[in-house]
Amino acid sequence: MKHKTYLSLIIVIVLAFLALNSVEPKYINQGISFVNSKTFLSLPRFPEKPFRLGLDLQGGTHLVYLADLSKIDKGEEGEAMQGLRDVIERRVNLFGVVEPKIQIQQTREDRRLLVELPGVKEVGEAIQMIGKTPYLEFREEIEEEPYFLPTKLTGQYLKRAQLDFNQTTFEAQVILEFDSEGREIFKDLTARNVGKRIAIFIDDVLISAPVVREPIPSGKAQITGRFTIEEAKELVRNLNAGALPVPIKLISQDTVGPVLGKISLEKSLKAGIIGFLLVLLFMIAFYRVSGVLASLSLLIYAGILLALFKLVPVTLTLAGIGGAILSVGMAVDANVLIFERMKEERKQGAGFSRSVEIGFFRAWPSIRDGNLTTLIVALIMFSFGTSFIKGFAVTLSFGILISMFSALFVVRTFLRSFIGTKIEKIKWLWG
Amino acid sequence: MYIPFIKHRRIFYIISITLVGLSVVSIFVFGLNLGIDFTGGSMLSLTYQNQVPSSLEIRESLKELELGEVVVQPLGEKGVLLRMRDISEETHQKILEELGKLGEVEEGSESFQSIGPVIGRELTQKTKIVISLALLAILLYIAFSFRRISRPVKSYVYGLTSLLALFHDVLIPLGIFAILGRFYGIEITIPIITAFLTIFGYSINDSVVVFDRVRENLLRLREPTFDLTVEKSLNQSLTRSLNTSLTTLFVLFAIFLFGGETLKYFSLALILGIGLGTYSSLFLATPLLVSFLRFKERRYRKES
Repeated sequence: MKHKTYLSLIIVIVLAFLALNSVEPKYINQGISFVNSKTFLSLPRFPEKPFRLGLDLQGGTHLVYLADLSKIDKGEEGEAMQGLRDVIERRVNLFGVVEPKIQIQQTREDRRLLVELPGVKEVGEAIQMIGKTPYLEFREEIEEEPYFLPTKLTGQYLKRAQLDFNQTTFEAQVILEFDSEGREIFKDLTARNVGKRIAIFIDDVLISAPVVREPIPSGKAQITGRFTIEEAKELVRNLNAGALPVPIKLISQDTVGPVLGKISLEKSLKAGIIGFLLVLLFMIAFYRVSGVLASLSLLIYAGILLALFKLVPVTLTLAGIGGAILSVGMAVDANVLIFERMKEERKQGAGFSRSVEIGFFRAWPSIRDGNLTTLIVALIMFSFGTSFIKGFAVTLSFGILISMFSALFVVRTFLRSFIGTKIEKIKWLWG
Repeated sequence: MYIPFIKHRRIFYIISITLVGLSVVSIFVFGLNLGIDFTGGSMLSLTYQNQVPSSLEIRESLKELELGEVVVQPLGEKGVLLRMRDISEETHQKILEELGKLGEVEEGSESFQSIGPVIGRELTQKTKIVISLALLAILLYIAFSFRRISRPVKSYVYGLTSLLALFHDVLIPLGIFAILGRFYGIEITIPIITAFLTIFGYSINDSVVVFDRVRENLLRLREPTFDLTVEKSLNQSLTRSLNTSLTTLFVLFAIFLFGGETLKYFSLALILGIGLGTYSSLFLATPLLVSFLRFKERRYRKES
């Protein structure tokens, strides 16, 4: 064996070692801790983190809300959306969701809020919590239909709400306190409407419409109405969690139950393992020693792929697992191309060493071209596709790139290490 | 083993033309059964612990909710799948309640997807863009990849035949899905579109590898005729083509049989596309090169 081959072999072994321990760091970390405790060394440990699973595999819900920005001034939409995002994030956190993801999405026609709640069991309740948030609004009285017109004053400017009881009637009432900006708006509004009524609407329903006696500079208002104590309490709680600055509408939902997610994960993994084993068996049966080497490199390939999924990290979805499994089938293509070429060269009388070198040399254009088409399509799928397509494209691309490395570097190194050995001479071993 | 691809090429053409013809007819007659990803609507599935209520019972119990048309399908052993128009979260909860009255529902087994018309339109739009771009990229790739071979067949002919093979590989599975959609209610969903996009890449890949062989042999072997070069190249590529698609088919069959509902028809589309891709690169695209050359020569002789 040449020095260069030795070096390559060491690189392959180190890579395999690192990949394997990144995927399953438990044992090596126990070892490292042991060594660290017995010596003065402080060796770094492998990061211990689980695979990141998509909503379809761990269960959870993906919600798309359409924001109604018709009442927001031009140019202030972005700010309103930010406010909406913050409020909903607070609400979701109150609900106790781990790692929620809330994003603003702007399309050509409208703005949306994407809400991802992993692992939520009571989806219905969660949605109610988000969507049923009271939309608080003050309206001015006018002479003709519809009698009340919306003003700028909405729940956006609310500092806090408080439950209170009327001193004389003992009726439940809600005290609203505005922030500094809201205070100004409320002052102007009341100054403008002395002697007229100002209506308080919640979710488009008229709650109360008191008559303004004088301008109110304090920034405090009270809602008295036909509340029971329970209703008033709920209103206060909801208003405090944050009144939505703009109304929203749920336009799409994708929910997967946690048990279903787990079953999907188990099934797809099982399919992956069976497929993988079939490929290994086939390669060994057909290409003998070369097949064993290819299988070994496929195992390393799988290790590197999984390690990358963990470390990057790639969020694994059903589509992603599909892509990864498919890439195993495709990964073998490079090996098949190379082994077939080697066979041909040997048939024409080339020695083992020459057949290896020529086999790789001749197979390279086909490997490159073949993988390139799939990569091009995957790149387009990733750039322009929807989330399912993206998840598939990511793992497929990773798979293809690593498969090329595995075929061109790992398998070649393995084959080269047989040059000059006795095994090289035994013809039937090489298929 | 030596297969006389060129001699029998007409038989292969006839098989392919027939299959493509039938597929186009079935696409036109049956149409494509598009899923809620594109049309908008709702899909709800859950698993019962013991007895699964019949679809009649389910439809009866949901009657009061006035959902319009509700399609009820069995899902696996104890599951049911309901399809209906796009519904609100409130209605969703009411349906769950009704379904819970019919039997013990496995906790955490439900899935619900509701896609409003806006999102449906958007997904359709996006999918169209991805498909067009993928086709465009493939075209550019072919033009680039075959720019240097010109003798005796011009480089654009390689591009054209691989493109023909691509249509063959996509149209036939699409035809099969039209039939499956009409008779078994299987829908064209985003996973299936993903599979078709992958077939684009794979089909071209398959043709390119065989063509690469032809290109190499044209330079190296100096066979007396183009026919012989092509046939030799095909026979040399045969084992590789079969083995590669076999390994890919192994993993796909594993997904089809064991991988669960979402990936089932995704893998079926890929199985069809990859099987056909291998067939077409060997029996259709490459022999077509010879036919093109013959056609050219005949015309040339007539003219002179």
